[in-house]
Amino acid sequence: MRHTISLSLALAAFWLLNSGYYTPLILGLGLVSIIIVVYIVHRMDVVDHESQPLGLSGKILFYYVWLGKEIILANIDVVKKIWLGKDAISPVLTTINISQKTDMGKVIYANSITLTPGTVTVNLVADQIIVHALMGENIQLLEAGEMDRRVSRLENSC
Amino acid sequence: MDIALNISSALCLFLGSFLCLSGGVGIIRFPDFYTRMHAAGVTDTLAASMILIGLMLQNPDAIVILKLVMILLMTLFISPTTSHAMAKAAMNSGLQPLLDKKENKDGVESS
Repeated sequence: MRHTISLSLALAAFWLLNSGYYTPLILGLGLVSIIIVVYIVHRMDVVDHESQPLGLSGKILFYYVWLGKEIILANIDVVKKIWLGKDAISPVLTTINISQKTDMGKVIYANSITLTPGTVTVNLVADQIIVHALMGENIQLLEAGEMDRRVSRLENSC
Repeated sequence: MDIALNISSALCLFLGSFLCLSGGVGIIRFPDFYTRMHAAGVTDTLAASMILIGLMLQNPDAIVILKLVMILLMTLFISPTTSHAMAKAAMNSGLQPLLDKKENKDGVESS
């Protein structure tokens, strides 16, 4: 029930933001659409803690701030490599162990790695991920495990 | 106030354009599929953010800003998913990445 309410609220916010018109007709159409979508989603049986991770919502903002900083640093690094040319890079493909238990945690970690320029998650099997990196240093940074620790903390808090 | 907004908006847009250009140059310059994907990552993340932030500063209307924030969030969720799908598809169809010889030997020894 909690998840259904949060889904309806999210859909309502989405509609209001996208339309920007507040006449009765438009709002009524929005209400009907939301009811139809919630009905379909219920039939598909996908309203659960995985599609609506309520516990994450607050904590994840701090993680986003940290991830944003990391992304900016990685971007500067990759742009430097781009202008220096292909002699500056040394691509690596390695397997890294991850400590996350839930699917949600694993997905957050794998997506964060891919989102950071210079590293891409190629595959995820059980508790190991295969990462392709532009530089060896990127892998060392991942193996140092700060991102891994932060995602695990995020995972445990929800 | 208006001038300050305009200047910071222009700076953001300029930086974003430069990063987009860098991403494009990287796609041409880098030697193989996987490394090119990293170059595309620059365009996906910081370049897109910078351009969207620049556009937000252009328009003080709250609903426009919120729409742009929504676009930014969606980009940041969708682009790693597509990158991963491409990388996995390439790997599954047997495309071998071009690896640095020295680094790779280190990797094998340590694992």
